[in-house]
Amino acid sequence: MPTPEQITTDIRNILKEHARLAVDALTLADDADLYQAGMTSHASVNLMLALEDKFEVEFPERMLRRRAFENIASIRSAIQELTEGR
Amino acid sequence: MLSGAAVSVSTAQATLSVGLDLVEVARIADSLARFGARFAERVYTQAEIAYCETASGPERSRRYAARFAAKEAAWKALGLDDRGHAWHAVEVVRDAGGRCAIALHEPLAGRAAALGARSLSLSLTHEADYAAAVVLAAREMSP
Repeated sequence: MPTPEQITTDIRNILKEHARLAVDALTLADDADLYQAGMTSHASVNLMLALEDKFEVEFPERMLRRRAFENIASIRSAIQELTEGR
Repeated sequence: MLSGAAVSVSTAQATLSVGLDLVEVARIADSLARFGARFAERVYTQAEIAYCETASGPERSRRYAARFAAKEAAWKALGLDDRGHAWHAVEVVRDAGGRCAIALHEPLAGRAAALGARSLSLSLTHEADYAAAVVLAAREMSP
């Protein structure tokens, strides 16, 4: 199971590639609002699919809410839940 | 996606709210190329996919882009700010004459009804590089 630090690093790299943020994803605060930082809803779909590829998970319907992708910390929590027990 | 706005005007019988969205076709084409059917299936209904897939090349991407814009415009017209994942709840449907309209599904349909939305009107357009949609929502006036 990846460590929280590894997950965070991977999330930041995926954000940098897919989220088209107006700020640097590598230095963004964990609790910074990604939509406020410029992430569009289209970019959030790309982000979700890229996260699924990276972590070999599938986000269930109950997680497909704006809040799940609101910031790095919320994404990390979702990934940890989906990879728990591996 | 690139821009959007929602404004409201009141008539004697209803409040009209408009939602606008503009999508860069190349970005939708990129998502389709990168993620394939997974992107389409997460965002579009099976009927929407079936229609878009009857085209090929740039026209296929433009159809997907126009429908993406329509979904965003519908959320804006309804004044809901938590759009972004319930993509299947807004569907672009076509009648026999090719006229497009918005069909709402749950969980959005119930929320729209609770907001007093009586009808949604849709206009779609696309050029080579951009697709755009305007949705006009008519809502019952609050007493």
